[in-house]
Amino acid sequence: MAQLDIKVLIKQVPNTAEVKIDPHTGTLMREGMESIINPDDLHAIEAALRLRDAHGGKVTAISMGPPQAVDVLREALGMGADECFLLTDRAFAGADTLATSYTLGKCIQRLGRFDLVIAGHQAIDGDTAQIGPQVAEFLDVPQVIRAITLEIKDNELLAERTAEECTEVVKCPLPALVTVTKEANDPRYLFIPLLMAAFEAEAPVKVWGSKDIGADEASTGLKGSPTKVQRTFTPSHKKKIEKLTGAPADMARTLVDRLRERRVL
Amino acid sequence: MPLFEDTPAEHAFRLALRKFIAKEFTPYREEWDRNRAVPREAWLKLGRQGYLCPYLPKEYGGSNLNFRYVVIMLQELTAGDAMCIGVTNHNDNSTRYIYHHGTEELKRRLLPKCITGEAVACFAMTEPGAGSDAAAITTKAVRHGDHYILNGSKCFITNGMFADIMIVMCRVESPDVDPKKNYSLLCVEGESIKHIRRHQFEKIGRHGQDTAEIFFENCPVPVGNLLGREGEGFKCTMQALGRERLELCIKAQVYADECLKEALAYAKVREAFGKPIGNFEHIAFELAEMATEVEIGNTFLHACVEEFIRGEDITKRVSMAKAWIPEMCNRVAYKAVQIFGGYGYMAEYRIARLYQDVRAMPIFGGTTEIMNLVIARQLGFKPIF
Amino acid sequence: MAIWIEKSECIGCESCLEACPVGAISMRDGLAFIEERCTSCGACVESCAQGAINSDASAGDADISEFKDVWVVAETMHGNVRSCTMEILGCGRALADALGQRLCVVLAGKGVSSQTEAMAENGADVVYLLENNRLEEGRMLPHARAISDAIRERKPAVVLFAATPFGREMAPRVSRRLGVGLTADCTGLDIDPETKNLLQTRPAWGGNLMATIISPDTRPQMSTVRPGVMKALPPEPGRKAEIMHLKVNIRPEDQRLDILKLKKESYKHVNLTDARIIVSGGHGVGSKEGFGLLEELAGLLGAEVAGTRIAVEEGWLTPDRQVGQTGKSVCPELYIACGISGAIQHSAGMLGSKTIVAINTDPAAPIFAIADFAINEDLFKVIPELIDALKVRGDEK
Repeated sequence: MAQLDIKVLIKQVPNTAEVKIDPHTGTLMREGMESIINPDDLHAIEAALRLRDAHGGKVTAISMGPPQAVDVLREALGMGADECFLLTDRAFAGADTLATSYTLGKCIQRLGRFDLVIAGHQAIDGDTAQIGPQVAEFLDVPQVIRAITLEIKDNELLAERTAEECTEVVKCPLPALVTVTKEANDPRYLFIPLLMAAFEAEAPVKVWGSKDIGADEASTGLKGSPTKVQRTFTPSHKKKIEKLTGAPADMARTLVDRLRERRVL
Repeated sequence: MPLFEDTPAEHAFRLALRKFIAKEFTPYREEWDRNRAVPREAWLKLGRQGYLCPYLPKEYGGSNLNFRYVVIMLQELTAGDAMCIGVTNHNDNSTRYIYHHGTEELKRRLLPKCITGEAVACFAMTEPGAGSDAAAITTKAVRHGDHYILNGSKCFITNGMFADIMIVMCRVESPDVDPKKNYSLLCVEGESIKHIRRHQFEKIGRHGQDTAEIFFENCPVPVGNLLGREGEGFKCTMQALGRERLELCIKAQVYADECLKEALAYAKVREAFGKPIGNFEHIAFELAEMATEVEIGNTFLHACVEEFIRGEDITKRVSMAKAWIPEMCNRVAYKAVQIFGGYGYMAEYRIARLYQDVRAMPIFGGTTEIMNLVIARQLGFKPIF
Repeated sequence: MAIWIEKSECIGCESCLEACPVGAISMRDGLAFIEERCTSCGACVESCAQGAINSDASAGDADISEFKDVWVVAETMHGNVRSCTMEILGCGRALADALGQRLCVVLAGKGVSSQTEAMAENGADVVYLLENNRLEEGRMLPHARAISDAIRERKPAVVLFAATPFGREMAPRVSRRLGVGLTADCTGLDIDPETKNLLQTRPAWGGNLMATIISPDTRPQMSTVRPGVMKALPPEPGRKAEIMHLKVNIRPEDQRLDILKLKKESYKHVNLTDARIIVSGGHGVGSKEGFGLLEELAGLLGAEVAGTRIAVEEGWLTPDRQVGQTGKSVCPELYIACGISGAIQHSAGMLGSKTIVAINTDPAAPIFAIADFAINEDLFKVIPELIDALKVRGDEK
């Protein structure tokens, strides 16, 4: 069985699970927010490493972001990835998922043939889960979304993935793209010798910009983003206690309506 | 509370370790306390990720990490309630003697196992009759051909109950050394371990951390297991003394910080007589004083750590730190328990466990009293010794 | 965007063949030839040193005014159009009216023409029927093909998908193919009265931040819409819509993924700290059997079950589900506290929850002081009603 060439797409995100709200203004306090590797992406790296350990080959981690995103690529090296690419350029800034998928896709194309692209299912800042499918479409490969198990046999991908009501067992030819969530595996911890080596000058970290991937700058960053943020606001956190009254059935219905109004359900 | 600003590599190391501890150690602390032991599997996991003896150079399988990483490990292990695993004792107080003073053969044979966790090391100095008065030890090693025969006992040995390697301070009887200055370090391991008896102490806290009494009965130790030269035992340990005391201060400072954090959080949510108890003046003032002491401890410790890293002689200042910080952390722990009220006395609450743990800090690694003696000498006095 | 080779400039160097990610360029008579499978990504244009490859793309090239109507892509389950589609129709109606344009449903599938009446009755002015045997339920690639082709052909101004797992997998594929923007999981949709752009509001940062997104320069404007948020219109029996059959051309590359088998069991990962919704029980639940009711509610909400120390000590719950000072700290979007008094030992572990619902028979229970919604009633009376109310709105079968 030929050696596998696996690309893993990872992202550095603010730790939105530890978000703090300014008690006076009710807005998000973004300063002092720590940056972490997107949780689903750890599972993507783990999935890639397991396949490489089983079949032989190479795992390449790729991230598009500002210069400090190199931290998450070093984590990937610390887990055992073979090399990584940081795509950073002012031309990439302000990208929505379409522009990001273009940038990541161009990089993958530039690196030549691949067997599998693995991405985390959803990022905890954007919450869109769009990058996986959009990169798959750009590369024109089939996609398996929310994969739990992955097997490669005879140049085919055999996977189990969660659909809405059940689990599907699917098969498709390589090359393909897969997204994974935490159900897929338990990511290994960082191995300190590898992590420390990732900070040395000879570490396999390449920093690429727009020219390196041959990007059309009209398709990257803000210029390449059809969607734009018009405004952001923090949902109200004012505590106003509402006492529900009436028969249990009425209270239940009112509660469901209120929770839907709050966009909680 | 940071003692210095991490470099990116140090920060990555710290976060990786923190995550590992949170998942592999903190949730098991209660179980390990109850069992009075940490499973060997925990050591092997640490070894697998490269946290054992990371100071060793790469050709031994280490990561060549400097003292700042020792500080990070101490801080994260203490804050993560993982001090029951005597990692820092193994890394910094025991295996280093093999690395710095052992023969090549000994190093090549033992250090790889120290890195994987297959071998756990401990350091045995204190005896039932010799604690602060270390020179009064009586454990004796008599040379017979290519072996020493070791007899004696050691007590309060951290990691002692399950250790595979023991660095033992003893008095060597041999034609090559002056009997008045024959303190030597022997590395007891392998076959020699079969000739020891050990017994685990029941402590009032730190239950998961095994602390042992060890009896050597005609225990044969190969001559090649001598660390350094005969008679150089205290010379070897004196070199490490400053660092070891500094490390204890770092632990104590984290304990103080954690007790303060617990008390602050509790005082904000616990209500009595209609308001959070932190808003009553006497408790607010108590917390203010605790916070001030913790801040001062951190500031002084930061200076000591910087000086040590720069290679300066920290004898006086680290003695001051060791004299003051463990006492301070006990004061803070005591007050924190009081703020918790009844819950502070309940074993399931973290503050109760911290309170039990910190009582040892002013005692081991140099008692507060001995530290004061050292300082007094530095000030030019000659207190009776 | 169209791409073509200027034959007079082509020198047959084959650089473009390598650049094409889908192998859509071949050599014919020594010159480059672009085949039908070209996805208009434009990679070849840059690769040609001779400048022999041209495209008609330019920034903001779409003539926006050509794009009209609001489309709702229907989703079926077990042959029937889902209630989330009806909800989006309800919202789409308002958008179409604000634009003065039509509300159209895209009904793609195998044997779906039986559903056209229901679409008309639920507000559609036009139903585009995309029928093909290869458009089986759950087959994403053929659906993406059919819908992309339809959009290219008919040029809608707005296309809305349900943010179901299927919709969230397919819509981005369509958006990338067409080179347009997609906004995920919208909870609010409006038309800007001045610009007539679609205002797409959606949560980000795990729900801690709301963003309003616009796609002013490209068409169509596409969104996936969160199920259970919009309100369906009351159906008008007898209402008619224009039915149009669109040609569906499924290609071999759309069938690369094979679904071999479906398995009933789903993988569940118990994790209180990550849970978006938690249903929690205390002393008032009274027994392990009582917790069965909470589990049923949790199942419907996709929530985790947790409890107080008392619940754990009584053996009604496993210790890993304990929330409180000596348990876990949680901060979900929704915490439903059932039969919990709210003493500080417990509430300290869940104070960070964004929305707290408290159900307790004791009107003086401390939990009511920190709840957003206070229900002073027996949980065994309220929870069954909650379960019913949720089933009515969300049920597919």
